Amino acid sequence: MNDNTTPSTGWLSTRLPFLRPLCQHMARFPMPPVNLFWTLGACLLVAFGLMFVSGLFLSLHYQPDLSQAFDSVEAIERRVPSGWIIRSIHTGGVSMLFAALYLHVGRGLWYGSYKAPRELVWLSGLFMMLLFMTTAFAGYVLPWGQMSYWGATVITHAVEAIPGIGHGLLVYLLGEDTLGGIALHRFFILHFTLGFIIATVIGLHVLCLHGTGSSNPTLDSPRPDHTTRPFAPFYVVKDCLAVCVFLALFAVLIFFLPDLLGKLDNVILANPLKTPADITPEWYLAPWFAMLRAIPSRLGGLIAAAASLLVLFVLPWLDRSPRHNATYRPLVRAGMGLFFIAFITLILAGMHGATPLWVWLSRGAMLVWFLVFLVLLPVTSYRERQMTGSSTQGETS
Amino acid sequence: MTQKHDASFPHPSLDEEGSLLPHPTRRTVLTAGSVALGGAGACTLAVPFLDSLRRTQASSAASTREQAVMDVSVQDLAPGAHKIVVWQGMPVAIQHRTPDMIHALEDTALLAQLADPQSRIRQQPHEAENAHRSLRPEYGVYITICTHLGCVPDYKDIASLPASGGFFCPCHGSQFDGAGRVLRNMPAPYNLPVPPLHFVDDHTIRLGESLLSPHYSLNSIQQL
Repeated sequence: MNDNTTPSTGWLSTRLPFLRPLCQHMARFPMPPVNLFWTLGACLLVAFGLMFVSGLFLSLHYQPDLSQAFDSVEAIERRVPSGWIIRSIHTGGVSMLFAALYLHVGRGLWYGSYKAPRELVWLSGLFMMLLFMTTAFAGYVLPWGQMSYWGATVITHAVEAIPGIGHGLLVYLLGEDTLGGIALHRFFILHFTLGFIIATVIGLHVLCLHGTGSSNPTLDSPRPDHTTRPFAPFYVVKDCLAVCVFLALFAVLIFFLPDLLGKLDNVILANPLKTPADITPEWYLAPWFAMLRAIPSRLGGLIAAAASLLVLFVLPWLDRSPRHNATYRPLVRAGMGLFFIAFITLILAGMHGATPLWVWLSRGAMLVWFLVFLVLLPVTSYRERQMTGSSTQGETS
Repeated sequence: MTQKHDASFPHPSLDEEGSLLPHPTRRTVLTAGSVALGGAGACTLAVPFLDSLRRTQASSAASTREQAVMDVSVQDLAPGAHKIVVWQGMPVAIQHRTPDMIHALEDTALLAQLADPQSRIRQQPHEAENAHRSLRPEYGVYITICTHLGCVPDYKDIASLPASGGFFCPCHGSQFDGAGRVLRNMPAPYNLPVPPLHFVDDHTIRLGESLLSPHYSLNSIQQL
């Protein structure tokens, strides 16, 4: 936008010559006529930034030590000046981040953002989602309350289901026979380090996106809109607006509903002799917990939960139709709708007790999950390729 | 000046200074306002983070007092001996002086070499502003943190003067006499601080509380 450099920017761009082309690229980056769902990325970036900064400040006061971890978290809540608000940002932020993350992925599924040529954007994003899930799990162990301890016990014991090497791998990962101080320290280092790793992968994700450009939701519609607008100022302003709304919701969550998502059992010090009566994971990991529970075999549950994530990675090759937008693909529209309902069902199932109703609902939801991705999408895309092949060559973007 | 109500007529001050201050468009005003508001929001967000770096509050008022006050028995301290105790994380030297050491503190050759022989600079409570710079002549109590850059001086007498039990800082060579008074032309600017204290009985010193100067604390001295 700004070609005439003032002396100060000229000084910098003479010494860092890549700076000006980079800024120009970011500012002029051509955006197709996208809708508000395309602002979730900016919200995620802000959520991650808040998690990163609040996490850094929490780590200044946290002690990754078996005898001090719980007390240091209590001290952050009660004695560290403003510690309560920093911890609220961190514990509330994880829900805001995952809510935006799942909507972001859902947008990618609905609008076919995973398709060629954006496979790398999709894969780097999925990889980042796995990193976020790992980070969230490791972080949940750190306060060393009852839910931390028993959640970590249950999930690490899932590793034991791997035939042959299971137990040896578990002991190797924990560093001792049971979950204790060595494992707690490892979880802390893992959680802390992953923050920086995710920051790097975010850079990679954005780099991949800027290679191909954003997908265009109007291309499959009867009236495709090919106009593009520069990212600055049009989409900067749009993103800022979405971020403001996102931050307002964030503030409502941490200031008005601080106990909505927390669990009382986790303000009780970990007791290896007493499992809490109701042990359920946080909502954002609940779907996979429900899957582990729905399969009556330990190894089977682990395989199903892993497969449900792995199937997303091969999506660009399962659905090779030139059409992107589910709105204009009746079968896919129904399938994606069913998948979203199945995902929400799995969240609810994971947060409820293992009653026969919820177990059968989880099984139904898992069936929908795999049928949509493994049957519906390949079949539909095959039919659509046949159709577009017989008429004109489909538009690719 | 006559008022003109013609909308197309530019404001005179803007017109005259137009080259310096370009006419702000509505977009400029909105952008500047948004950036200012966003900046204010970011600054507000920074407040709790910076606040968390402040000293952590003690778990209770009782524990604050527990940490602040410490009783030290000097029954085991023979004349001429000294010991170091840790009070509030700081080394405090307690020396039991012999009559010779007390006498050496008033040696004129020593006083001539001291930077502040009369203890005029407030590094001690009023009851310690005397020749032996302590409550009782036979006991000297000093926080052995060098007033230069915070190293801990060793016990070492000043050469060529009667032994009074002086201190010598290993970092930059500041020399103090047995009453914690710094010599002239040393890197350390002030005498060693005297902590607030009083004698509970003849053999017990209570650090952290002064009966004669109840308002004296380490916050009220020139420099720790």
